[in-house]
Amino acid sequence: MDNLLSIITFIPAVAAVIMALFLRGNDKAAQANAKWLALLATIATALVSLLLLVGFDPQNTGMQFVEEYDWIAGLTYKLGIDGISVLFVLLTTFLMPITILSTWSVETRVKEYMIAFLMLETLMLGVFCALDLVLFYLFFEAGLIPMFLIIGIWGGLNRIYAAFKFFLYTFLGSVLMLVAMIVMYFTAGTTDIPTLMTFDFSSEPMALLGMTVTGGLQTLLFLAFFASFAVKMPMWPVHTWLPDAHVQAPTAGSVILAAVLLKMGGYGFLRFSLPMFPVGSYVMSDVVFWMSAIAIVYTSLVALAQEDMKKLIAYSSVAHMGYVTMGIFSANQQGVDGAIFQMISHGFISGALFLCVGVIYDRMHTREIDAYGGLVNRMPAYALVFLFFTMANVGLPGTSGFVGEFLVLMGIFQVNTVIAAIATTGVIFSAAYALWLYRRVAMGALIKEALKTIQDMSRRERAIFAPLIVMTLLLGVYPALVTDIIGPSVAQLVTDYHAALPAMAEAATH
Amino acid sequence: MTGVDFPILLPEIILAVYAMAALLFAVYGGKDKLSGLLTWATAGLFVALALLIAFRNGAGAQAFGGMFVDDAFARFAKVLILLSAAGVLVMAQDYMARRDLARFEYPILVTLSVIGMMVMVSAGDLMALYMGLELQSLALYVLAAMRRDSVKSTEAGLKYFVLGALSSGLLLYGASLTYGFAGTTLFAGISSTLTDGHAPLGLLFGLVFLLAGMAFKVSAAPFHMWTPDVYEGAPTPVTAFFATAPKVAAMALIARVVNDAFASVPSDWSQIVAALAVVSMFLGAVAAIGQKDIKRLMAYSSIAHMGYALVGLAAATPQGVQATLIYMAIYVTMNLGTFAFILSMEKDGRPVTDIASLNQFAKAEPLKALAMLVLLFSLAGVPPMLGFFGKFYVLKAGVDAGMVWLAVAGAVASVIGAFYYLRIVYFMYFGADQDPVESRMSPVQWVMLVAVAAIMVLGVVNMFGIEPLALTAAEALVG
Repeated sequence: MDNLLSIITFIPAVAAVIMALFLRGNDKAAQANAKWLALLATIATALVSLLLLVGFDPQNTGMQFVEEYDWIAGLTYKLGIDGISVLFVLLTTFLMPITILSTWSVETRVKEYMIAFLMLETLMLGVFCALDLVLFYLFFEAGLIPMFLIIGIWGGLNRIYAAFKFFLYTFLGSVLMLVAMIVMYFTAGTTDIPTLMTFDFSSEPMALLGMTVTGGLQTLLFLAFFASFAVKMPMWPVHTWLPDAHVQAPTAGSVILAAVLLKMGGYGFLRFSLPMFPVGSYVMSDVVFWMSAIAIVYTSLVALAQEDMKKLIAYSSVAHMGYVTMGIFSANQQGVDGAIFQMISHGFISGALFLCVGVIYDRMHTREIDAYGGLVNRMPAYALVFLFFTMANVGLPGTSGFVGEFLVLMGIFQVNTVIAAIATTGVIFSAAYALWLYRRVAMGALIKEALKTIQDMSRRERAIFAPLIVMTLLLGVYPALVTDIIGPSVAQLVTDYHAALPAMAEAATH
Repeated sequence: MTGVDFPILLPEIILAVYAMAALLFAVYGGKDKLSGLLTWATAGLFVALALLIAFRNGAGAQAFGGMFVDDAFARFAKVLILLSAAGVLVMAQDYMARRDLARFEYPILVTLSVIGMMVMVSAGDLMALYMGLELQSLALYVLAAMRRDSVKSTEAGLKYFVLGALSSGLLLYGASLTYGFAGTTLFAGISSTLTDGHAPLGLLFGLVFLLAGMAFKVSAAPFHMWTPDVYEGAPTPVTAFFATAPKVAAMALIARVVNDAFASVPSDWSQIVAALAVVSMFLGAVAAIGQKDIKRLMAYSSIAHMGYALVGLAAATPQGVQATLIYMAIYVTMNLGTFAFILSMEKDGRPVTDIASLNQFAKAEPLKALAMLVLLFSLAGVPPMLGFFGKFYVLKAGVDAGMVWLAVAGAVASVIGAFYYLRIVYFMYFGADQDPVESRMSPVQWVMLVAVAAIMVLGVVNMFGIEPLALTAAEALVG
């Protein structure tokens, strides 16, 4: 199995091509075929990806399952994973079948819908596996196309605006990164990511437009990458595309957006910013901390004021991503561990929350919080699931949400206590908006006329939530499942980072 | 001497003889009834000559004391010109026949302008340059006005002619200044007079006028004014032709002049070319946003694309020229596919070019819409389509030459440009429910559209091996 990663990455794409070429017609049978083919392809991908877990050696901090071929323009087609990326691959393959299942009720242009999702899976997996700068960029950017179509074709009322905003925002961030990549290519003479991670980019202060740039080239490159990843993450103040995109996207689109696409930003910081531009990261870390702290407090407050359930969860995502960036740039074992853990856990929890919204949206066709109330009376099972994920979102101990936040706060406390204190208040805010949302939707008497006949979850819907509940609990009570795999690679990353900082900068931290 | 020289010009001679023979044959024969036959015969001849040139052995050769250069660079450009001209001819045949435009002059005029282009890319002397350019231009002026009874078409032809004559004047003035100060019209001779790394003031003026004249031909801003009107007014097949082969020829001509005649003073022209590139990229991107007509939009799109191609030239390196050649090859291919689609747009039997008429086109014609989607994202430069690699090559060349600012400008402009391509996708896929435009395609157009879309996607594997060919061509020019 020399090409395991390629196989995993391209199974969905092959299924999409088969679907595009051989599936004809638009009747019920053809629609069912499209759904089943997509489900089978994603399940197959998930099963094959389990082989990664079997063959993966956590103690080896280098790249594993590496495959390399020559490509055009002096680039290479190189795939590989290490402790940092392996779990993102698994997260993606794990969530895709769930996403496909959750869209079983889609009726317009089913075939195209499934093709878009399958292509998206290939591109997302490619991002996490790529070990060549341009190959990474290719997957990273191409993901915009299916997502643009998913939001634009199957989205809500204001989908056009959201689709354009999503595309242009993220595209602007990325093209600057492309220029930075080309500069790196000429500075280091290679686009090979593992080589670049050990390459020493100049950090001599340089003059630019009459100003002196501390950290020189590293800071500039850092900023170019930051423009892309911060938008993708999204960090305050460039987060405004996310609520729009989320609200307008169909349920499955929201799930994938929150659970996987947002993680590309965090993954990018870990793969590029910290190892390749340690000085640049160090110079900019205070800015990142403050942006994260503002994100946590500000977006939590904004979430409190939302009338739309999806928008509320979207803002909550921005707040949770604030913890991730904070953890990454604290650059110690707990912080980075916590950041990765938070990303994985947020993948399950926010995905599940969007699915929760999807369940009642499918029935009532509204996401207005005011349109609901007292659902617990007619939908006990739903109320239970929703409560579970609300609590996980708040970070209740015993769920995976707690572990991530706690580790991040521990990490940041060692670096900057003020920021840690501000960030901790976010935990309270998140409890406030999440519980208030739950109270307004599920608790109380069922007085709304329209809700009197609402049905509880079907068997398919229960089946969707079961694996998510299991994972959230499992990671909550036994976090070593994740930290054992990522630990050694993170330790290596942190060591390299601190070794690369000049002694002077190091002295200033203590 | 001539015995040695003529074989070098063989492709051009064959074409010229063919053009005149075909003209006589058609005038005394069946006239317009022959137009279909002539179109296919011309296209077939183009393809045959392209093959002949592509597989010609031997290193570069010069004819007539260096006035005519046949090197790898010229061959690359000629193959591109011939193939794209053949593509435009065959895919427009059906359109011409149904729109009452099937005139026998059309393929012959195209042939004449192609001869002009081939002379342009092989020019080793200012006189050869001017002759090629004028032969090309005069044929194009007539083509633009081919729909004689249409006000718009004749207006397009007239506008193109007046502005084109002005640019020819500029170019000729530049050529005479250059001759006056260098004492020769041969590129090699001009190059040898520039010894101290900077051009004297008089030659500098000559260079600027030459560049202005040639920038007009590639429609680089600020010499782009004619483009939208001519694109919109000319019959669509003619527009398709304008957007492809002449652009390659003019871009190759600029590359030839700056890298041959002014090779030793790159610092003098590289800034001018870079400025043209920046203005074109931004103007093309911004001005296209408000367009409602797809042909006008493609005009601004071509202005922006020429800006990117010029970025490669501004780098003044073999890699830069290679990047420009690759960019032009990809650009021409994309435009062939896009125009195959535009040619097929019609409603109630009448051609339409209104973008809004594409509303919900994807529902009616999923496959064609998908192919267009691929092409539009490719034009916007979104990976994994080939259009991205075109941009990647030129930006890389720019950074390599130390022009990071130029690469940043190109990157930012590409985001602005992405908007209007997305707008077409928006109409096709998300637009309001209404009767979409019909798309009546001849098999040739259909094959062209789908094949080009497939090329844009599959090219990601190895770009069909064009990369080393372009490098050989570039190294033949910049040595």
